Amino acid sequence: MLQEDFHLIRTRVIPCLLLKGQGLVKTVNFTNPKYIGDPINAVKIFNDKEVHELVFLDITASTEKRSPRLDYITDIASECFMPLGYGGGIRTAKQAEDIFNRGVEKVVINSCAVENPSFIHELADQFGSQSIVVSIDVKKNFLGNYQTYTHSGTTKTRWDPVTWALEAEMLGAGEIFLNSIDRDGTMKGYDIPLIKSVSASVSIPVVACGGAGTVEDFSRAVKDGGASAVAAGSMFVFYGKHRAVLINFPGDEELKSAGLK
Amino acid sequence: MLIIIDYGMGNLGSLANMLKKIRIPAKISSDLGDIESAEKLILPGVGSFDHGMQKLQELNLTDILNKLVIGEKIPILGICLGMQMFTKTSEEGTQPGLGWVDANTVKFKADKGSSLKIPHMGWDTIDIKKSHFMLQDTDYNAMYYFVHSFHVVCNRSEDVLSTSHYGYDFVSSLAKDNVIGVQFHPEKSHKYGMKLLENFCNHKS
Repeated sequence: MLQEDFHLIRTRVIPCLLLKGQGLVKTVNFTNPKYIGDPINAVKIFNDKEVHELVFLDITASTEKRSPRLDYITDIASECFMPLGYGGGIRTAKQAEDIFNRGVEKVVINSCAVENPSFIHELADQFGSQSIVVSIDVKKNFLGNYQTYTHSGTTKTRWDPVTWALEAEMLGAGEIFLNSIDRDGTMKGYDIPLIKSVSASVSIPVVACGGAGTVEDFSRAVKDGGASAVAAGSMFVFYGKHRAVLINFPGDEELKSAGLK
Repeated sequence: MLIIIDYGMGNLGSLANMLKKIRIPAKISSDLGDIESAEKLILPGVGSFDHGMQKLQELNLTDILNKLVIGEKIPILGICLGMQMFTKTSEEGTQPGLGWVDANTVKFKADKGSSLKIPHMGWDTIDIKKSHFMLQDTDYNAMYYFVHSFHVVCNRSEDVLSTSHYGYDFVSSLAKDNVIGVQFHPEKSHKYGMKLLENFCNHKS
């Protein structure tokens, strides 16, 4: 086991950027979107910093019943020389194909996947599992049970995250993007028990998101939670205790010092 | 002109974006005339093996590619599924591959209880096995982005350019004469990938 762990690949550290209208925003508990800046400018900065991967989520597409903004995706992808995932409003295979053709590697689906689980299978069958990410937004109820939400956290579903992740895997999802609504924007650390419950159940990679405030949080999500990759929003767009907007990304040395390969 | 073969199997946009960035003229095309007059070819690919082979057939590209690559020795770079399609068979499907390299494509074997997740997804180094213009002047610690559930097994070790490690060593790039393949995605591997694409595009054969 030790030998094998030693050979595991570098943990992907993924800035997760939220789009609303024409701008980049950051939420707290999926609410109060604060304007951060221009997404293209952010991509250029993240490019220079050689980030491992980027995920863009259009957080109002599904609630507004809107299609993905292809012209916008084109602009983002043309400046992005690292893997890029895009989610928000994807409801047809044709939309996914249009997105891939613009230079996006992964489509992230959430609301439509819950409404129509066979959509996961349809996309995986056509484009390969590796390019299909199912994102699961999770909130704890007053009994302390985890529940899956869609439409940017506004709609509760019948699924608990573990059962839904297993279903998504069975239908062909290549990756689970697991987002804690309770931790979103708080920078107080990931929900490790949540990450652990899902990553121990599925055999596909689980990306932890929601709550990261330090590089040590990344390390905990991987070592204690079993996450294959870690994503964060606030940490990469805010700086200091007053949350001044500053695009940043930890260097290799900093990640290594936190125990990440 | 460099032609990126468009057979409806993804990630053409990212490749075109990176080539534009490094100022290498290229055209995305499925037009037989374009492909026949290409100086070099890139066969990208995201998706399943059988779907990819079927698409090549539907677009009448299989025969032309055989003629160009085997007959006229036009340099071709296969990326990810593109490279896997150069092999004879794949465990992902039942269709025969192009068979330009004496190799087969197999599924990653993760032992039961292993912490290795499939697909192999993320950044990894490569262990260079052979001196070749493709890997010339690359950083010794260069990282490349991988995302795949299947990998190539070469029957002739001399075709292997590099291996990478995920549970065990697998072929991460190969070359046989004018046929070159990379399992990773240079178009998504920052400056390291740019260097590789430059090496392929600028090499005078």
